[in-house]
Amino acid sequence: MAITVNRKKLNFWERLYLPAVVGGLKVTGRHLFRTLFGGKAVTMEYPEQKWTVPTGYRGAPYLVKDQDGDTKCVSCQLCEFVCPPKAIRITPPGTSGLKPDRDNAEKMPLEFEINMLRCIYCGFCQEVCPEEAIFLKQDWSHVGTNRAELIYNKEKLLSLGGAAPGIQKWKHKLEEARAQENFPVKV
Amino acid sequence: MSTAATTETKPAAPAIEKIKVKIDGREIEVPRLTADWSGKLTPTTMIQACELAKTDVPHYCYHPKLPVVGNCRMCLVEYGMPALGPDRKPVMNADGTPKIAKMPRPAIACATPLSPGMEIYTKTPAVKQMREGVLESLLINHPLDCPICDQAGECKLQEYSVDYGQSASRFVEAKVHKPKAVDLGPRIMLDAERCILCTRCIRFTRDIAKDDALGIINRGSYNTISTYPGMPFDNNYTLNTVDVCPVGALTSKDFRFQMRAWFLKETKSVCTSCATGCSILIGSREEKIYRYTPRDNDAVNASWMCDAGRLNYKWISREDRLKDVLVRGQKSTWPAALNELSDKLKKAPAGSVAIIASARQTNEELWLISKLKAKLGAISDSIPRVGEADKLLVSADKNPNTNGARLTGICFTEMGINLQKIADGIEQGKIKVLIVFGENIAKHGVSNDRLRERETISEVVDEHGLTPALLAKLETLVVSDIHANETTRLAHYVLPGCAHAEKRGTFTSGKGRVQKFMKAVEAPGDARAEWEFLHDLVHNVTGQNGFVTIEGLFNQMAREVPAFSGLTWAALGDTGVTVQI
Ligand code: SF4
Ligand code: SF4
Ligand code: SF4
Ligand code: SF4
Ligand code: FES
Repeated sequence: MAITVNRKKLNFWERLYLPAVVGGLKVTGRHLFRTLFGGKAVTMEYPEQKWTVPTGYRGAPYLVKDQDGDTKCVSCQLCEFVCPPKAIRITPPGTSGLKPDRDNAEKMPLEFEINMLRCIYCGFCQEVCPEEAIFLKQDWSHVGTNRAELIYNKEKLLSLGGAAPGIQKWKHKLEEARAQENFPVKV
Repeated sequence: MSTAATTETKPAAPAIEKIKVKIDGREIEVPRLTADWSGKLTPTTMIQACELAKTDVPHYCYHPKLPVVGNCRMCLVEYGMPALGPDRKPVMNADGTPKIAKMPRPAIACATPLSPGMEIYTKTPAVKQMREGVLESLLINHPLDCPICDQAGECKLQEYSVDYGQSASRFVEAKVHKPKAVDLGPRIMLDAERCILCTRCIRFTRDIAKDDALGIINRGSYNTISTYPGMPFDNNYTLNTVDVCPVGALTSKDFRFQMRAWFLKETKSVCTSCATGCSILIGSREEKIYRYTPRDNDAVNASWMCDAGRLNYKWISREDRLKDVLVRGQKSTWPAALNELSDKLKKAPAGSVAIIASARQTNEELWLISKLKAKLGAISDSIPRVGEADKLLVSADKNPNTNGARLTGICFTEMGINLQKIADGIEQGKIKVLIVFGENIAKHGVSNDRLRERETISEVVDEHGLTPALLAKLETLVVSDIHANETTRLAHYVLPGCAHAEKRGTFTSGKGRVQKFMKAVEAPGDARAEWEFLHDLVHNVTGQNGFVTIEGLFNQMAREVPAFSGLTWAALGDTGVTVQI
C-alpha cells in the first residue's frame, strides 16, 4: 500500500532560499574573520602539522609481542574469520616445519598479512583475539606508492606493534606441566 | 567387506514390531529392534528413539557405528515406566491412561533399551544439571587449547560447553598435564591432555579395523590413550579415529595446523582411489583442497574410509597440471582445436580410429566416448589397475569406474584385452588415429616380445604393447589428461581435463553403486571438464545434439544405456543407487 507523506508547504521566503544562503554566508564570514584577525584556524597544515588522536582512538591493527619478546599470535584465525572486509590473511604453519619462537604454545602463523587498504579500523580483530595478540594502535595514516606496499606482513606488523605485556597463559601452562614431569612415576 | 560396512548383501529386513514410547511428552512409534553397529538386531535404545524423534541427546562415547560402552555419562536422561499395581496390572489414571512411575535415578540413553509405554524426559532441570555436572568434570583437567587445537569448530566439547558449560572454572588446583604432540603412528598425532577417554578410538580400531592397537594406560586422572610401547598405530584406517574422536585429542598429521575447520567448504564427493567408491566430503577453501573426510553411506562405506584414499588428493593441485590446449605443441584454443579435431575424425575411415578411455572417467564421459566409438567404428579399451584388497573397504580394482566402462561398452568384462589388438593395428598401419583419455600409456608400453612371453593380459597389470615408438607411428595422437606426462608429450592434440573434484559426474562402483559427485574447486587455466568438450566433439562428429548440463546428460544416458534405465540425476540422491552389474 502506498503511503503518502505529507510535506510541509514552504512559504514564499523559504521557496526563495535566499535567507538560508545568507545564513550560511554568515557562518563562513564569522570563521573568515576569526582566522584573519583572531588567529584561530579551524584547519590544519597537514602533513607538516599532524592530528593527535585522543586515547582510545582505533587506528591500524598491529601484532604485539609479550614481555619475553615472544610472538603472542597462535594462528587461531579467528580475526581472519571475523574481519568484515576480509583484510586479514593468515597462512597457518601446516607441515611447513615452522617452529614457534617460544616453546609453550605449539602454533604460530607462518605468515600474517593485513591489507591496510581494506581495513576499516572496526576493532573486531582485537575484540575476538583470544591471545590479546592484535591491537588497534593510534596509526591512521598509511602511505604507499602501490597497493602491495600497503599489505603489511607478519614481520612489519610485529615491529610496528611492539610489546604488550599480558598474562602469558601458555607459559604458565608449560611451567605447570614441567613441575609435574616426574609424576606419575615412569617405569 | 565387514558386516558393518554395507547393507548391500543383506536380505530384506523382516518386519519389525513397533512399540510406542513418549519422548518429552510426545508419543512416537519406534521399531522394537534396531540394527546395532555390527548390523545385528538388538532392542532399540533410548538414544536411538530420541534420534528418530529428532530430540537431541548430547553424547560423547556413543557412536552409531561402534559398540556401546556407556562410559561418558553425558547422555543421562530421566525416564518413567507404566506403574504396576500389586496385582502386576498397570495402574490407570482417572482418565484411563496408564499411570507413569518416574524412576528415581536417571539412565544413560545410549545403553538403556526401550520398553513399551516408557516415557523419556530429556529437558527436565535435573537432566540439565546432570549434563552440566558431567561437562564440568570432563573439563577439570582439560587444557582448553582451543586457539591452537585442530578440532576447534567441530569439537563436541566446545559445542556442549556452549549449551551446558559454565563461564568460569571452579577448579582451583593445578590441572593434571599429560603428554602433548605424541607421535602415535605415521599419520596420527595424540594430545593426551585433550582426551576425554570416551574409548571411541579404541573401539574403532579393535572392532572395525580389527587391529587392537590402542588402549588406556595409567590410572585415575593419569589415564592416557596409548599404543603398545614401540608399536606404531599404522593400519590403513587410523585416520578414522580422528573423525570419531569427539575432541581434538587425535589429530591428523596431514591436516595438522593446515586450516581451521570453519573455513572449509564441504562438497559431497566420491573417493576415486579404488572401486569401492567411498562417499566423502571434500574440504576446500579458495580453490585449494585441504582434506577428505568420509561421509555416511550405509550402502558403501558406513562412516569410514581408508587412509590411502583419504590422503590421495595432493595430485589435484600439483604443479605439472595441464593448463593449455596444445595443437602439435603450440598453444591453441578450445574451439580451434575441437573444430580441427572434429574435421579430422569426420574424415577418418571406419576402423582407423582407436580409443583408450580411462576407468577413472565418469559414466557420462564414457558414454559420450561410446557414442564417438560407435560413429567412428572404433576399437576401444581402457587400462586395468589392480592392487591389493583388504577385508574392510579397499578393493583390488584401483579404478573407480571400471563398471562404468563396462556398462557403457568401452571395454569388455576383462579390461585391457583389446590393448594388444590396438598395438597390432598401429603396427600394421591400420589404426592411424588414437584417442587417449587420462592414461599415460607410453609409460608402461613394453616391446611385444616381452609381452608375448606372458600368457594372458590379466597377468599384466600395467604393461601392454603400446610403446612410445609405436605411438610415434600414429598419424594423430589425441591425449586428454590432467598432468603432463610421456604420452602428452608425444601427442598432437593435448586437451587438458579436470580432476573429479573440479567437475560433476557419476561413478559406478565395483558393487554397482551409481553415485554422483559435486564440484569442489575450479580447474586451473584452460582445463575443462571432459564431458563438456566431449559433448562438443560428439556433436561435431556425429551431428547429434545432446544435453549441455550434467543432469540432462545423465538422464539421457539413463534412457539409452540399459543398465542405468530408470535412473535420474535427482533420484541418485546423496548416497546413490545400486544397479545390476
Ligand atoms: S580492525 Fe576490523 S577491518 Fe581492520 S583488520 Fe581488524 S577486523 Fe579487519
Ligand atoms: S591475532 Fe589473535 S585472533 Fe588473530 S590469529 Fe592471532 S591469536 Fe588468533
Ligand atoms: S578438544 Fe575441543 S575444547 Fe579441547 S582444546 Fe580442542 S577444541 Fe578446545
Ligand atoms: S583419543 Fe579421542 S576417541 Fe580416543 S578416547 Fe580420547 S577422546 Fe575418545
Ligand atoms: S554416550 Fe551414553 S554414556 Fe557416553
